[in-house]
Amino acid sequence: MSILEMRGITKEFPGVKALDNVNFKVKKGEIHALCGENGAGKSTLMKVLSGVHPHGTYDGKILINDKEQNFQTIRDSENAGVTIIYQELALVKDMTIAENIFLGNEPTSNGFIDWETMFYEANKWLKKVGLSIESNLKVSNLGIGQQQLIEIAKALSKNCEIIIMDEPTAALAEEEVEILINILHQLREDGITVIYISHKLKEVMRISDSVTILRDGQTIGTKGIDEIDESGIISMMVGRELKDLFPYENNKIDEVILKLDGYSFFEHKSKKPVTDDVSLTLHKGEVLGIGGLMGAGRTELATSLFGGYEGKAEGSVYIDGEKYEVKGPKEAIDKGLAYVSEDRKRYGLVLGMDVAKNTTMASLGQISSLSFINQEREIWETEKYNKKMRVKTPSLETKVVTLSGGNQQKVVLSKWLMSGPKILILDEPTRGIDVGAKQEIYKLINELTAQGVGIIMISSELPELLGMSDRVLVMADRKIMGELSKEEANQEAILKLATGGENIEESH
Amino acid sequence: MKNRISFKLDVRAYTLIIALIMIFVVFTILTNGDFISSRNITNLSRQMTVIGILAVGMTLIIVAGHIDLSVGSLLGLTGGIAAILQVWYGWSTFPVIIVTILAGILLGLWQGWWVAYKGVPAFIVTLGGMMIFRGILLGISGGQTVAPMNESFRVIGQAYIPYVIGYLLTAVLIVFAFIMVARKRKRRQKLDLALSPVSFDYGTVIVFSVLITLFVYMLNRYHGIPVPLLILLVIAGIFIFVSKNTTFGRHIYAIGGNPEAAKLSGINIKRNILSVFVIMGALSAVAGMVLTSRLNAGTVSAGQMYELDAIAAVVIGGTSLMGGVGTIVGSILGALIMASIDNGMSMMNVPPFWQYIVKGMILILAVWLDISSKKKTAS
Repeated sequence: MSILEMRGITKEFPGVKALDNVNFKVKKGEIHALCGENGAGKSTLMKVLSGVHPHGTYDGKILINDKEQNFQTIRDSENAGVTIIYQELALVKDMTIAENIFLGNEPTSNGFIDWETMFYEANKWLKKVGLSIESNLKVSNLGIGQQQLIEIAKALSKNCEIIIMDEPTAALAEEEVEILINILHQLREDGITVIYISHKLKEVMRISDSVTILRDGQTIGTKGIDEIDESGIISMMVGRELKDLFPYENNKIDEVILKLDGYSFFEHKSKKPVTDDVSLTLHKGEVLGIGGLMGAGRTELATSLFGGYEGKAEGSVYIDGEKYEVKGPKEAIDKGLAYVSEDRKRYGLVLGMDVAKNTTMASLGQISSLSFINQEREIWETEKYNKKMRVKTPSLETKVVTLSGGNQQKVVLSKWLMSGPKILILDEPTRGIDVGAKQEIYKLINELTAQGVGIIMISSELPELLGMSDRVLVMADRKIMGELSKEEANQEAILKLATGGENIEESH
Repeated sequence: MKNRISFKLDVRAYTLIIALIMIFVVFTILTNGDFISSRNITNLSRQMTVIGILAVGMTLIIVAGHIDLSVGSLLGLTGGIAAILQVWYGWSTFPVIIVTILAGILLGLWQGWWVAYKGVPAFIVTLGGMMIFRGILLGISGGQTVAPMNESFRVIGQAYIPYVIGYLLTAVLIVFAFIMVARKRKRRQKLDLALSPVSFDYGTVIVFSVLITLFVYMLNRYHGIPVPLLILLVIAGIFIFVSKNTTFGRHIYAIGGNPEAAKLSGINIKRNILSVFVIMGALSAVAGMVLTSRLNAGTVSAGQMYELDAIAAVVIGGTSLMGGVGTIVGSILGALIMASIDNGMSMMNVPPFWQYIVKGMILILAVWLDISSKKKTAS
């Protein structure tokens, strides 16, 4: 009997169909993995299930124990026995474990909090998840693994029947993963159902009873774990043909322009590097793709190299054969680096400023003398880049917040083109923009490589990565897992490296 | 394709001007025309100068995404330093001015360093500064009123510009405005950019010239342009230019609008924030001297609560406390609105407690109008 059934779920966002007639069935008391590439629709599906996207904003039906559910809020879904535990845990760090477990749900007598009952009950739930600690400890004293178990205890205390876990092992150390797996198996014996979202296919194979694969917002299939193997899952996740979307030109690779040798970066006081022992070379006129899953440390590599973090770098970096010290974005720009961030709204644009001011922001020196801005020059330069990038805007004085995603991205690209980079780092350059704008960005990449600019392209869209790169590096857990040449690179190979398959670097 | 010149109306600025005109009309009617007499216009413009000068600096601070609660105490302390140097130590006016401004800069550096380099929130640093500076003032003055100032020092806050020089300055300003427009048109032509019609560009300047001449005429019918007003106008002029036409000004708006994007565009956030506090310190010192000169004394309570008036003026002028948005012109208009309400109600002999209540209500209303108009354009 299935405890949960989602039937024909379709969810549209403006311009994107995130879920397209998805069917998802989970049996009672099983551990059910949900797999798919970034953007396949896993998170959206779970948001529909947990009431984040309320009933009415999507089409289709949710049945729990064969009863139709219309969740309006997260509360509703919790009352029906569904709890979601996000990757970023939602605990109040400065409160005790007990307070966290019963947050919003405190046991009371005569309207006052009944502390004794609360601690007693909390200790009981802690035992259930295998934690032998006192519930009056502050959460901030606990490690990530223990915090995750607290979240599970919290879910259990609400009589939850279905626990959804989003990438639960992403931040865990090896031993903690073992503990978590044991707890999950124990929960299964108690009849609790677990939906488990993970990129780590080895774990999926070990933990789960069955697996459902999503791709491009559609259900590809559900399999029992003994009917399928790791590469079977990968091919179901990928399964798509490379369309002739990518105007890749066989780039003429010139001399080395950027070289990283054992490069690590430590943020303030942190002992764990944001990027760990990275070595790579980039040539003039080359597109070096960097693949990997979310959280693999690709953005951190780019940001730290660009001077976006405060902290200390180890290893050596050479630009054009000259030693480069990571100091700050100003120095990076002066050395010819440019970084188009993955989150244009947060890191790329000042949304309340107009197109012209955003375009010239990183190159004010070019249009000013003695720090007086030549406004006419500014308009002239902006017009030049607007025309080149074909930015569609009512005027140069239009605030960028009113532009579409594709046009905003073009403004960000204009900004960095104007700075005249030798090395351009593109982080998810086509995320959330329409096909037409994507095409224009690909053409721009070709144009720049023809001029001898070295491009590092970080992308989670495998077709794009394969279609545009001369070489592909794959990162996982803040390290480079391997390098694939144009010929070797395909979706299976990349996913294998990215999901922690064997390191094939040695094989060539 | 040449970009189209947009004749967009700055709704916010016009709302302010309309509000100001309405306030003027109401008070003029209620006071049988006394409100817009030359004498009262002169008084009004003198009354707004101290808050006006503070509001210029406060605009930069708030646009950069910070706040300064210490300006009242800072103004009191620097004004007190000026009085002590002159009255107790017998310094002549010129060195007093220089040293007082340096003191303001130093105190601004102190606060800016805490905010920019030590990461302590500006609210806390300047709340601390508010107490510290008042304490220092009380300590060095021993709680006494320090008076009287020299004749030459009293010029700063009390004197008037002779009629002829007043008209001469007006003429110079008008000629300058015409030259600027001509230069702009020439540069645009050279780069092949779209030009607005000649009649529009020069028409604006002509309207501006007529208004300014009329204003100077009104002031000249009484005693002439008050020196403190001239100081305010010069400071405002400089910082309007700085905020619009220099990289520093641009950086301040970018930092306030999105510090992360600004940083990744190579903008040095710490140094710029430090500079803003230094400017605020220097302007507070100028305002302090204007007040000391006008009162002809340094007093312990000088400038109390002025920080709140300055912040209110800036906010009424359309500057967002979230940072990134705001203009100095708006803040000056905000200061003028506040001063007009004070002035008009005093003329009508309304008890002072009403003035506080009305000013408080106007502050809330102004921000509510701003928020609701933004919501409308967003949806």
